Amino acid sequence: MDREQIKSFIIARAAGELKDGDIVNLGIGMPTMIPNFLPEDVRVTIQAENGLLGVIPCNDETRDAVYKVDAGATPVTVSTGGCYFDSCTSFGMIRGGHIDVTMLGALEVDEQGNISNWIIPGKRLPGMGGAMDLVIGAKRVIVTMEHTQKGAPKILKKCRLPLTALKCVDLIITEMGVIEVTENGLMLVEINPEFTVEQVQEATEAVLIISPDLKPMA
Amino acid sequence: MTKFVSVKEAVAMIPDGATIMVGGFMGCGNPHKIIDELAKSGKGNFKIICNDGAQPGGPMGEENYGVAKLIHNHQVKHLVATHVGLNPEVGRQMNDGTLKVDLIPQGSFAEMIRAGGAGLGGVLTPTGVGTIIEDYEDYVHSVQEIDGKKYLLMKPIRADFALISGYKVDKLGNVWYKGSTSNFGLVMATAADKVIVEADNVVEVGEIEPENVRTPCIFVDYIVNGGG
Repeated sequence: MDREQIKSFIIARAAGELKDGDIVNLGIGMPTMIPNFLPEDVRVTIQAENGLLGVIPCNDETRDAVYKVDAGATPVTVSTGGCYFDSCTSFGMIRGGHIDVTMLGALEVDEQGNISNWIIPGKRLPGMGGAMDLVIGAKRVIVTMEHTQKGAPKILKKCRLPLTALKCVDLIITEMGVIEVTENGLMLVEINPEFTVEQVQEATEAVLIISPDLKPMA
Repeated sequence: MTKFVSVKEAVAMIPDGATIMVGGFMGCGNPHKIIDELAKSGKGNFKIICNDGAQPGGPMGEENYGVAKLIHNHQVKHLVATHVGLNPEVGRQMNDGTLKVDLIPQGSFAEMIRAGGAGLGGVLTPTGVGTIIEDYEDYVHSVQEIDGKKYLLMKPIRADFALISGYKVDKLGNVWYKGSTSNFGLVMATAADKVIVEADNVVEVGEIEPENVRTPCIFVDYIVNGGG
């Protein structure tokens, strides 16, 4: 798979985690594309942390577009019944447990469900934006990312980069498989049939528990 | 008392080295005309408190959108923000050592400003527990444990000036925001010594339904008519 195929594969699988009626916050990048992969009978409400509920795409190229953007600064609008609000209200929703699912990327995730995704000291300092609040506040935290970074594992025994939050990740979806964070460690529950369990383990620093009910990832 | 000032008069009030809150998210909701004038003013050494460094390009093809202008001009010596990844110039100036950047989680940032404007001594949030945020002495008072759960006690944030943008502003200074532009404007309008709102449209008193006033006029010191 080339990188575009990898991305599409991950996004399509991640879309399968959303249930009809979910309130969802999607991180910049891959997660933003998830709505395009939802089946017709699954309708979710997208929250954007800069103060929107019911985000939908817009093709508005008029001046109006500057008044409505999503968290990635893309011009959007809200569906009928959607609304706009201020940042305190938005993060009240987020920290207060009113968001069902957040999906976001990560630099590293470890076997305790710790996540690092906002800083590479001395190299890149994009900032955490809303990520620290989202991962501690959303009912379910799903990480969508490529399994390795230039061949180096991103799923580690212990995160090495500064953390975004402690013990908050529920599920990791990569092009190699689907991994659940359990009390006993990381459990591989689905595997991309293009890979063997050994190959997935080879690309993962943390020791994987292989689910007795391991399923093919589709 | 008339609160109306020209954009030049507004900028004339802001001295070098001022601490300035700027409403908006990636440029959406920045008071663009005041920022344009500030960018032309030659003033600098500002401490800017704004969610982000905006972007090098705006949605209508603008060059250096919103607060990005002030950063591009090297008028900012200290930026307090939550995310600066969309403006590479911020990273360049950080690496050059000409711009100090403090990054705070976005929800904490909003609540710390709210506390600054609401007479609160701080905010308890679980966000940032177990991370390097705990060591940010300028912003974090302490780690507290309440009923067995850990929280960070975040300090309030205030500024000398808040520059915000309203779509409709009546002649008393009541503000209605359009779309997603209210973001940080709502709390910033409460948390600065002088609050200047740029009105996309100035309307008669009463034209904004009382129920639809988002920022009550008592928070607003000056109005710049940014319409037309």
